[in-house]
Amino acid sequence: MGDAYHAVEAVARASYGRLLAYLSSETRDVAGAEDALSEALLSALTSWPRDGVPERPEAWLLTAARHRLIDQGRRTHVRSDHLDAIRSLTEETAGPPAVVDSFPDRRVELLFVCAHPAIDPALHTPLMLQTVLGLDAARIAQAFLVSPATMGQRLVRAKRKIREAGIPFQVPEAYELPHRLDAVLEAVYAAYGLGRDETTGADARGQDLADEAIWLARVVRTRMSEEPEVRGLLALMLFCDARRAARRTPDGRYVPLSEQNPAAWSAESIVEAERELAAAAGLGGIGRFQMEAAIQSVHSERARTGRTDWGAIVVFYEHLVRIAPTLGARVAQVVAVSETRGATTALTLLDTLDRAAVAAYQPFWAVRAHLLRQLGRAKEAMESYDRASGLTEDPAIRRFLLDRRG
Amino acid sequence: MRYIMLVYETAADLDSRDDPTGDPYVAAWRAYHKALVEANVYVGGAPLKQAATATTVRLREGRRQVQDGPFAEAKEELGGFFILDLPSLDAALAWAARCPAAAGGALEVRPIDADFLEAVVRP
Repeated sequence: MGDAYHAVEAVARASYGRLLAYLSSETRDVAGAEDALSEALLSALTSWPRDGVPERPEAWLLTAARHRLIDQGRRTHVRSDHLDAIRSLTEETAGPPAVVDSFPDRRVELLFVCAHPAIDPALHTPLMLQTVLGLDAARIAQAFLVSPATMGQRLVRAKRKIREAGIPFQVPEAYELPHRLDAVLEAVYAAYGLGRDETTGADARGQDLADEAIWLARVVRTRMSEEPEVRGLLALMLFCDARRAARRTPDGRYVPLSEQNPAAWSAESIVEAERELAAAAGLGGIGRFQMEAAIQSVHSERARTGRTDWGAIVVFYEHLVRIAPTLGARVAQVVAVSETRGATTALTLLDTLDRAAVAAYQPFWAVRAHLLRQLGRAKEAMESYDRASGLTEDPAIRRFLLDRRG
Repeated sequence: MRYIMLVYETAADLDSRDDPTGDPYVAAWRAYHKALVEANVYVGGAPLKQAATATTVRLREGRRQVQDGPFAEAKEELGGFFILDLPSLDAALAWAARCPAAAGGALEVRPIDADFLEAVVRP
């Protein structure tokens, strides 16, 4: 029992996304494919312990899931062309094992479906987490801070939209590829950000999401290694991930980047990140993620040189806010400016940001507090530290800010 | 939309109120309250005295029943509440996660029944 159970688990983990992408690519019915695949996994749990683990477990699951899809189709009278598509898929795998093993990897197509402009952008990341990674709605809900029932309903609606709108399972044509790819990469990066936000205190809840995001980026890179932004995003996440262990003291206190010990950074991740960034640069076509990765690359240099080249970082931020003027980038730019041109100039720049937009944006208040403190404006600094502390969800960061406040 | 946020706190967190100047939990509350007000979402709210100070009243078959203690006993007790004005439940949950009580206790977020309030209770 134990071995067979672990075999099902292992295949499910390794192949869920590939199986689901392939199954849903012809019918465009993601929910139907999910049901079929989970039924196939369930039946594996009963038959593998009894009959032994099949020689090609992935092919076994694929065949079982297809039979469920055909049954489903009969029950619900799906359009006959869809049924034909499922049948032809089934025939393909009925062939020799060599054919089975080479069933195409359509996960990238599925990612483009998840991040399609017809789908609410707020659901791009949840859809990816559920379909390509097989995370359940409750886990996704936790990351997005909504109730499991709400997330479940949103995902069901989005999948209905995919089917009813007939969103194609394909990599977009060259003319629309840039912005469609941006949407995919944004959603992958959002998953990484969630993983980091969720990782509060000394424990590593949520680190799994950061790992999953890096894994998704690797999936995209496998198919689209000539796209510089794909390589750039992977580099960016690896640079940040390299500092995972350095962000907290052993007793769970928050350590800001400037106070981290570079010896605690992962040299291995930094090397891989540098390689990805160099590959991206070689491909030509600068973009937001490469620019952000370049900034993190400069920070990582401190491990080698012992210093931070803020001048280079300021230049990169100027480019970054020109191509992607996000609030996060503009606040981070202010920090870099304070290092090269001083706190007064930096504060003037910070105060050009829209007050309504920053009212509940924690990093703005943390940076403002930091600058005011440097300028000796203690009372105003305390006000801003309070705002920043009140807006943070992470007890360790709250503690850090309140300690600074004094 | 208006939401009520019921703040359930641990005994240890509630005890920290006795040390209002030095305790980081209390400092976190001051900061959180300020952030709510400055973000223009705060409608009202108040901290409550300990659950042991509660008295629960019922009328049963015409007789008054008065009981020492809160309506429901729980490990974490109701330590206070907020009424917040926010565009969505998602936004309300985001504020709940920032609450200092979230790390040890729990927050219950519920929409206020504005239709009932406007149409029936005070027409």
